[in-house]
Amino acid sequence: MAYLELRNVCKGYGSGSDRTEVLKDINLTIEEGEFIAIVGFTGSGKTTLVSLINGLTQPDSGEVLLNGEPVVGPGLDRGVVFQNYSILPWLTVLGNVMLAVKQAHSKLGNSARKELAMKYIKMVTLDSACDKRPKELSGGMRQRVSVARALAMNPRILLLDEPLGALDALTRGNLQDEIGSIWSAEKTTCLLITNDVDEGIYLADKIIPLKPGPNATLGPEFKVSLPRPRDKKGFNSNDDFKKLRNEVNKYLIEIAEQRDSGGEVEEIVLPTIRPADLNKKRLSFR
Amino acid sequence: MKDFIINAFRFIEFGFMEPLVRLINGEEPKKNLILTLKKIGLPILTMLLFVFLWEIGAKSLYDTEADRRIEKARSERGDEAAEEIRQCLYPDTEDARLKGSDDCQVATLPAPAQVWDAYKMLKKDWEEIADKKAAFYQKVSKTNAKRVAQGKAEITYTGRPSFIDQIKTSLKTVGMGFLLALCIAVPFGIITGLSETLRSSTNWLIQIFKPVSPVVWLLLVSMIVKTVITDPDLDKAFVTSFISVGLCAMWATLVNTRLGVSSVDPDYMNVASVLKLNVGKKIFKVILPASIPLIFTGLRITVSVSWMVLIAIELLAQSPGLGSFVWEEFQNGATESNAKIIVAMFVIGIIGFLLDLIAIILQKLVSFSKEPVGS
Repeated sequence: MAYLELRNVCKGYGSGSDRTEVLKDINLTIEEGEFIAIVGFTGSGKTTLVSLINGLTQPDSGEVLLNGEPVVGPGLDRGVVFQNYSILPWLTVLGNVMLAVKQAHSKLGNSARKELAMKYIKMVTLDSACDKRPKELSGGMRQRVSVARALAMNPRILLLDEPLGALDALTRGNLQDEIGSIWSAEKTTCLLITNDVDEGIYLADKIIPLKPGPNATLGPEFKVSLPRPRDKKGFNSNDDFKKLRNEVNKYLIEIAEQRDSGGEVEEIVLPTIRPADLNKKRLSFR
Repeated sequence: MKDFIINAFRFIEFGFMEPLVRLINGEEPKKNLILTLKKIGLPILTMLLFVFLWEIGAKSLYDTEADRRIEKARSERGDEAAEEIRQCLYPDTEDARLKGSDDCQVATLPAPAQVWDAYKMLKKDWEEIADKKAAFYQKVSKTNAKRVAQGKAEITYTGRPSFIDQIKTSLKTVGMGFLLALCIAVPFGIITGLSETLRSSTNWLIQIFKPVSPVVWLLLVSMIVKTVITDPDLDKAFVTSFISVGLCAMWATLVNTRLGVSSVDPDYMNVASVLKLNVGKKIFKVILPASIPLIFTGLRITVSVSWMVLIAIELLAQSPGLGSFVWEEFQNGATESNAKIIVAMFVIGIIGFLLDLIAIILQKLVSFSKEPVGS
């Protein structure tokens, strides 16, 4: 049985004439231990999808099933890494991670909890900064704290909502490597939401494009059969990678074009203006 | 060492001292000299200009009043009387100045020099009272020890309070009022901030009471205190004034606390939901820490407002303190008293400034959004 299943999920916001349907007929199954990447344009409803899975919002129709049980609210079995870090600025790195540890491992003693928290902080290589506050950290470090906090809950599924979207390319690459190696070590089921096709191919087992909203729905799956561990440097000379990337990109471009031509396009009448030749001799005004 | 001094100055919000410290250290002399002149020189110059304008203004007011009196004397009693009054108002010689009687004083805006004299007089006065007080307690120390042993109350000094005593009383009143405001506004703000229903149900009440003037609060409070407190030993005026101060000043804290609690960043609330924090933990680990900066902003305004309304309230409540000092001196009506009022004005201003400074420092200590001090 699939670990996570979405059946005909629809979600919209607003009411009456203001209503916009964000997601429509989303069907998705994730098996235990899988790494799925959902790729989509900004504004296509990716964050809404994550909110539905982690239980912060409820679907208007359809079901979100976790282990066969419908999701009614957030749970400690689903760790979330938010796009904008969302770490608490008044707590230290350790304090932020400890908050999650305390919730998820309430039976443990204090020293065991701290040990556990330190284990995850070490995993994201922040052990030297564990007493710092978020304002003293760079964006990449903050997102690492967020990852450590999600891992510290010991979740059965990790929801990564564009975790690297706000980072610069270099930090992004490093964190991709880190997430990849953590996943290889922990084998937690992972759902990565991203707008970067390469990131999806590098990390995931399957890539599923999200057709842009309103009425966003999932496209066909693309299986990533590249062997692990994957070498990012070798990608550019790897034909399988290039083929897959082209396929996904082609699909995304096609659906974008479909969307653009779907609505009635008003023809814009261009004014007939001929550029003036500045080299020509002109009458000068005096 | 230099960095330590600069950081210390920055910490107490005396950032204007920074270029001077750097200048003394011989760091970029040209740039820092200009900065020093800008940050310290200009304010001093402005103060001097203010004193100069004040001097001119006071002089012209004195002249106007003096001319009026001379003219009045001339029309009523003739030239001779007018000359006599003129001699008294504008003494030519030191001798004449000393001889000048009290009734030809002109009670108008005192000049800076007179205010300075009044300050020296007040200082002498409070030193004398302090000496007297010390002597008194020395004298009664044995009797007091005996009375304490017998379980009776100690004999306390009941003489006239000095200016310093008045300041202390005022600070005590403001402190009590502030504590009262804190104890009412913060819990009330948190509770109403947490619940949408309570927030909207109390909103009109708060909007109506917020702009009510200190004087009206005082009257309202004294109506209640008069009935509630019957114990003659309790200082009713003091109780009335500190409660009024508290009620006047608490609104800023109340409104800011409500705002802070009700507008916690939704990201933090999502974290709380995802971590499945229970209600208590959600409030104490997420909502309150997140709203601390706004609560302290409110408290800072409350401190300033309580000090500002205190004077008016003391003045009306006849409660001892700077307010009643000012009122008594005003009733006195002499030039000297007017000068004392101005001294009190400066003291009130400086204390208000210091209180605000303390509040800013506290606010800075609890804020997590700004960069740490010194970096």
